[in-house]
Amino acid sequence: MSLIEVHDLEVHYPIRSGFWNRVTDEVLAVDGVSLSIEAGETYGLVGESGSGKSTTGKSIVGLEKPTHGQVIYKGKDITKSANRQKLDYNQDVQMIFQDSLSSLNPRKRIEDIIAEPLRNFGKLSKDEEKLRVLQLLDIVGLDADALYKYPHQFSGGQRQRIGVARAVATNPKLIVADEPVSALDLSVQAQVLNFMKKIQRDFNVSYLFISHDLGVVRHMCDNIAIMHRGRIVEMGTRDDIYNHPMHIYTRRLLSAIPETSVAHREEARAKREAVEKEFQENQQRYYDKDGKVLPLLDVTSTHKVALPADEVAKLQREAD
Amino acid sequence: MWKTILRRVLIIIPEVFVLSILVFLLAKAMPGDPFTGSINPHTSLAHIHHLMKINGLYDPWYQQYWNWLVHLFHGDLGMSYEYQEPVTRIVGERAINTLWLAVFATVLTYAIGLPVGLYAGRHQNSRGDHAIRMYTYVTYAIPFFVILVMGLWIFGYLLGWFPTTGSIGTNVGSGFPAVISRLQHIILPGILQALFGLVGIVQYLRSEVIDATHSDYVRTARSKGVPVKDVFKHHVFRNSLLPITATAGYSITGLLGGSIYTETVFSYPGMGLLFVSAINYRDYTVITALVLMYGVLSMLGTLLSDIIMAAVDPRIRIE
Repeated sequence: MSLIEVHDLEVHYPIRSGFWNRVTDEVLAVDGVSLSIEAGETYGLVGESGSGKSTTGKSIVGLEKPTHGQVIYKGKDITKSANRQKLDYNQDVQMIFQDSLSSLNPRKRIEDIIAEPLRNFGKLSKDEEKLRVLQLLDIVGLDADALYKYPHQFSGGQRQRIGVARAVATNPKLIVADEPVSALDLSVQAQVLNFMKKIQRDFNVSYLFISHDLGVVRHMCDNIAIMHRGRIVEMGTRDDIYNHPMHIYTRRLLSAIPETSVAHREEARAKREAVEKEFQENQQRYYDKDGKVLPLLDVTSTHKVALPADEVAKLQREAD
Repeated sequence: MWKTILRRVLIIIPEVFVLSILVFLLAKAMPGDPFTGSINPHTSLAHIHHLMKINGLYDPWYQQYWNWLVHLFHGDLGMSYEYQEPVTRIVGERAINTLWLAVFATVLTYAIGLPVGLYAGRHQNSRGDHAIRMYTYVTYAIPFFVILVMGLWIFGYLLGWFPTTGSIGTNVGSGFPAVISRLQHIILPGILQALFGLVGIVQYLRSEVIDATHSDYVRTARSKGVPVKDVFKHHVFRNSLLPITATAGYSITGLLGGSIYTETVFSYPGMGLLFVSAINYRDYTVITALVLMYGVLSMLGTLLSDIIMAAVDPRIRIE
């Protein structure tokens, strides 16, 4: 039984134009996404900007109202706000944002920022609340003197750790992390990611890890879905995606990971060029006539890919 | 926090000093002298020179400035040429009238402006918001004195609901009837001033609320599971009210300075009207006193605003 299941999620934004400001078209930000996240795992959601990965994340937290589809948690569809309230849903599902400065209220002290989710759901006394906040700061490696400071007095990495502490405050089951480290420099990224991993071990939370950085995703995630143009093009375990990529878009993303060793430079370039050539020549095979991603089909029990049926049948035989 | 305030207060001392020199020198630069009005045709030129001399008007400017300053500190701003009375007494009477009107108008401005602005921002693009925006645009487009004259004509003259001139009725005694009569005289100008003054507050607050609603920390608050009502109360409204609260310090200038338009149209004997008539009659001592007072008031207003700002916004405090 999964912790949370997303069924055929669609988020469409109307485009208004003309004199009467009528709806003339729609942006298909998310166009039929289904995935399920198990308890305690890290699920990676990868894609380029505008592929709909953040919108999917926001819909799961309840910040975005889907046009169609369901998000099932504890047997209830939480896209309806009444169900969210009944379940105290946002106690169990929290979110971490990319921009650590603007996402914290500049006029509130760290104590109040971290304590606010506690005040929403718990009925802690003043002393208990303070103890809990101190405990949370300790989890992310910050001192007690952070309590009375304001967000602008911290470095980017410290602020993101405050964001993590805030998200963990209510003991959530799932944390949606929307590009949590892409605004940080590399050494600080590792630090924040390791705090997130430690928290996962200690508290058994699941992460929906939204990122465009395949290196980070490989380090963090057990299962991965690749999104393109509002749909999932390929999903599977870390091994499926990194060692047996099938869709051309996945292969393009993987070939774009920078190679650190100079010795393989020519080899890597040849590989990139081969992938790009294949994409240019066979593009129509991977997308339907409107340029949309094809429906997902099973290749193995864990691996799904959006390819034509005959091709998937061939891949299935190979996998067996 | 205390450091910030102390530092800000210390800065104001040289500011007031420079302001007083400027005001004094400008007054000196005005044509004419204080005796031309108080002589008769038989006064000889030599006598005027004598008067100028014994009053120290031929002394170097810094010596005159020093004398003026000493008088100032003794509460002596000189005699009004127009009224032949000490300036302090004239200003004192007018200041009370202005205070009545200004307090009433300011309280009304904020009492209406704040809720209306918050409503328009929270319910952006609703019918109510459209109506409020229409009102603010129209009011802002009409010159203020036209609004005043229209109000005076309709409610004072045609309908006759309110008195049209003065600050208190004739033949009212003292005590309670006097208070009632004063209130009757400030209601119409006060309301009109508030209806015009709230336009700025409403537009500013509306855009602040809309900005805050779309900010990342409000999104964070929603993701924390804060109920919508509390998101607005704790995050949106509080953060968008702060800039307005800070500018409230400036309204102290209006509290004693008075509104030139309102007081002129309603012939309300306050500071604004006094200032206009003093300029018309070239009543130099009164003008000097008022300009100095306005200057000091603006400085105090800015000081107050800065202190409020530092109190509510942790980012601008000096540590």
